[in-house]
Amino acid sequence: MTVSVTTLEVGQSIGSTTVHVTRQDLVRYAGASGDFNPIHWNQSFAEGVGLPGVIAHGMFTMGAAVQLVTDWAGDPAAVVDYQTRFTKPVVVEDTTAEPGEPGAVVEVAGTVGAIDTDASTARIDLTVTAAGQKVLVKAQAVVRLP
Amino acid sequence: MTIAPDLQGRSYPAAEPYSVGRESVRDFARAVKATHPAHFDVAAAAALGHADLVAPPTFAIIVAQRADAQLIADPDAGIDFTRVVHADQRFIHHRPILAGDELVAELHVDHVRAMGGGAMITTRAEISTVDGAPVATSTSSILVRGEGQ
Repeated sequence: MTVSVTTLEVGQSIGSTTVHVTRQDLVRYAGASGDFNPIHWNQSFAEGVGLPGVIAHGMFTMGAAVQLVTDWAGDPAAVVDYQTRFTKPVVVEDTTAEPGEPGAVVEVAGTVGAIDTDASTARIDLTVTAAGQKVLVKAQAVVRLP
Repeated sequence: MTIAPDLQGRSYPAAEPYSVGRESVRDFARAVKATHPAHFDVAAAAALGHADLVAPPTFAIIVAQRADAQLIADPDAGIDFTRVVHADQRFIHHRPILAGDELVAELHVDHVRAMGGGAMITTRAEISTVDGAPVATSTSSILVRGEGQ
């Protein structure tokens, strides 16, 4: 690890990343997680329950967003606490006819929100948006650092 | 369906253990687009001091949602799963989840709040090894939408 809690400053950026999401990604996440709710892969079912279309699993977005933090910290085990609220769904368009085209684009940015030098932890606040709207709110990861 | 009024305070004991396999860790990591080598390569995990592959920070949701399924499938609870929306989620890791772990989860219904015709239900899954060592605490709130919501 190269990051040290003693050299961080509150407000400092840890970087940003862009996550492209396709329907296939949601099928993969369903399989890996065991969450087969059809709102995440079946257009007519999703519309039938009043959604604008197929939406990403909130847990997919939460799981994908934290990679910015683990990569920055240098060890996935450094994340000791991670929370979020799910405020807006990420609608994933069907782009199966256009291979390589994302069905949704999620933007993730992180800043240092708090530092606890006694515990040797830092709280990273994530801003996660799709289609110009915040999809995760109060997305915070606490990392233990050297 | 109506949410059982005495749901708050209920708990569901640990069911079948979940065996964390290396391929499950790799599959889950790919599924959340994680690329850190500690998820894929045992030597890379070892270089960071871990005994085996490190699961991504949200991997515990697999074990937590299996525990939640007991509640949602309980006809006595009165939850219509087709009307469930995930409202918030938190993981506190007491130690990282590693390939080779045998995990169990005890589920607690911490809070039930009526909202319109539905309810917000907060559950807590205490995840431990089969030997009882604490691994993670997963707290989830689900919104069960009422009819017409």
